Amino acid sequence: MNKVGIVSYGANIPRYRIKSADIAIAWRKDPDSIASGLNIMEKSVPSLDQDVATISVESARAALARCDIDPQEIGAIYVGSESHPYAVKPTGTIVAEAIGATPNLMVADYEFACKAGTAAIQTCMGLVLSKMIKYGLAIGADTSQAAPGDALEYAASAGGAGFIIGEKNFIASINDTCSFTTDTPDFWRREGRKYPSHGGRFTGEPAYFKHITNCAKNLMTRIKTKPDDYDYAIFHQPNGKFPIAVAKMLGFSYEQIKQGLLCPVIGNTYSGASMLGLASVLDVAKPGERIFVTSYGSGAGSDSFDLTVTDQIEEMSREKAPSVAKMIENKEYIDYATYAKFRDLLYWE
Amino acid sequence: MKLREVAVIGFGVTKFGELWDKSFRQLIAEAGAKAIFDAGISGKEINALYVGSMSAGRFIGQEHVGALVADCAGFSQMHIPAVRVESACASGGLAIRQGFMSVASGMSDIVVVGGVEKMTDVVGNEATNTLATASDQEWEAFFGATFPGLYAMIATRHMHEYGTTREQLAQVAVKNHANGALNPNAQFQREITLENVLNATMVSYPLSILDCSPVSDGAAAVILCAADKAKKYTDKPVKIIGSGQASDSLALHGRKDICTLEATVHAAKMAYKQAGIQPKDIDLAEVHDCFTIAEILAIEDLGFVKKGEGGKAIDKKITTLNGEIPINTSGGLKAKGHPVGATGVAQIAEIVAQLQGEAGKRQVKDAKIGLTHNIGGSGASCLIHILEAM
Repeated sequence: MNKVGIVSYGANIPRYRIKSADIAIAWRKDPDSIASGLNIMEKSVPSLDQDVATISVESARAALARCDIDPQEIGAIYVGSESHPYAVKPTGTIVAEAIGATPNLMVADYEFACKAGTAAIQTCMGLVLSKMIKYGLAIGADTSQAAPGDALEYAASAGGAGFIIGEKNFIASINDTCSFTTDTPDFWRREGRKYPSHGGRFTGEPAYFKHITNCAKNLMTRIKTKPDDYDYAIFHQPNGKFPIAVAKMLGFSYEQIKQGLLCPVIGNTYSGASMLGLASVLDVAKPGERIFVTSYGSGAGSDSFDLTVTDQIEEMSREKAPSVAKMIENKEYIDYATYAKFRDLLYWE
Repeated sequence: MKLREVAVIGFGVTKFGELWDKSFRQLIAEAGAKAIFDAGISGKEINALYVGSMSAGRFIGQEHVGALVADCAGFSQMHIPAVRVESACASGGLAIRQGFMSVASGMSDIVVVGGVEKMTDVVGNEATNTLATASDQEWEAFFGATFPGLYAMIATRHMHEYGTTREQLAQVAVKNHANGALNPNAQFQREITLENVLNATMVSYPLSILDCSPVSDGAAAVILCAADKAKKYTDKPVKIIGSGQASDSLALHGRKDICTLEATVHAAKMAYKQAGIQPKDIDLAEVHDCFTIAEILAIEDLGFVKKGEGGKAIDKKITTLNGEIPINTSGGLKAKGHPVGATGVAQIAEIVAQLQGEAGKRQVKDAKIGLTHNIGGSGASCLIHILEAM
């Protein structure tokens, strides 16, 4: 593959948090067994004035703050999410206007459950490699939905990250990528429905685990690498248990996934999950370090990436935008009643 | 009426578990084909087909299961009688009894008896609700009672009356997982510890999730044949020497004593009488351990131990694989899995394998007479069969 990589990156996590225990208490469940069962202690909650558009804009601005790119040189913006504010009308145009990238660029919104953001990275890679654009901005962000009382309620959270993809001066080269896709209806939200449905245990073995392991193995076989070759690995994290289990199945250690494992403290940010994990790794990565990423989107598919951090990362002023760790620390707890208000769970006429 | 003797001449069991890539029809076709192959019969020799399935209508949206199974087994051009029977979780046991009666009466020489359930096409809540249709909708399910709740009430009462402990209940699961670890078709082929059970998520006190049998997919089939013709097909036929069936009030509150499943007591009496044997003559048994307390009730109600001493029997390890009377060598419903319609037929398959000396690592030495005990609901139906190596 020709040279292409991540030129800059930025992330955004809303500062409100609700503890799993508080959700459990609201539903009269055992708080300890819920938190330990899912390995989720708390999750981020978007405020009333936060949505995928604001999270995407914040992520894009953070990415631009860390580099010298003229927004007018961004030839494409793709925003992956399953909670775009509009069913019809793109989020990407809002981002493009907000960062000053309009009007000569390509824009579209993507949806592929939790992997729409990594699909956007692949699209930008193709456009950069074919020289149709100089820079592409790929964003994955969500303010994910969960029906009150559903098991998803402990996980579904908010956050996102954006990556500027280009062929020069990249902080991490994307050495290769591949996908593994089947029609597997493990989780879905029908048109016009407020909350998603899921197939319970069917979301595990034949969905998440099958797609991630196959995709990851396919890429490592193709490029002749093994888990030991990587300093960091990031897997999609719908809860705190699955990524640890899938890492073990593939032969990665907990040490390798620790830096990118955010679900236990912010929940599942859906399209943002793998992207935020990667952003968290880039916050601390050193030149020469190698990163493996595999996202997962229900429905279902996975995208795997092999990255190598370049010397360029030392040139970047990473501190010009808040690190993922800093955004995780910057939090304010809310109770279930406030959560219900923020998430529009209350009904009145 | 003089009944003919009936023998099992072949059996087939699928793997039990969450079989995401296998459908209802694939499962029963696989079990049926294995059984027919095992018996070495040709399709033309089959006179009738019986299949037990609890709720294909709700689990997969398919009724008219008798004809469907005949069709997917490739029998549609033979136009044989195909009968589906239902008795909740005892549907498989009932299918065995119907097949047994068909051969014993002389109406058929060779019948195929199958049992099948595909439970994982629906989500967990829907499976729970479907299983709850086997309880009393008006007086139990309507008020929120599910089977774990009903069996938990039985367990709590048993603990109160007889001093049975949570540890004794848990040991049933530990034993059955140890047996399941030796069964290549079991859903859970791993051992668990007492602490695992006691510390597992509580479903309904005193039953934790590891006291409960799982939701499973799977199928089993056996070939029944008039005993005088059995040797033509196999060197090791196994006779069904007793068949018992009994019913009881659908709801738990209709029982005299919830610590005794009267349906078991009566079905056992019928089967023992027909076989001309006593409980002490049984070498091993597959009993309906949908919950750990159910196995304790079963060994008491079947007469293996005195009422109230089931828990202590577990402590004394008389029901382990090398014990005095091994119970659930297959892993039972707990570890082998519980695809409800298949369970009663799979129990017969396990006992036949044991009596033929073909049970591999879980083989019980010198097993001559075995018993199967299959319960519907919280004990409103019971099917018992006693088998003997010929």
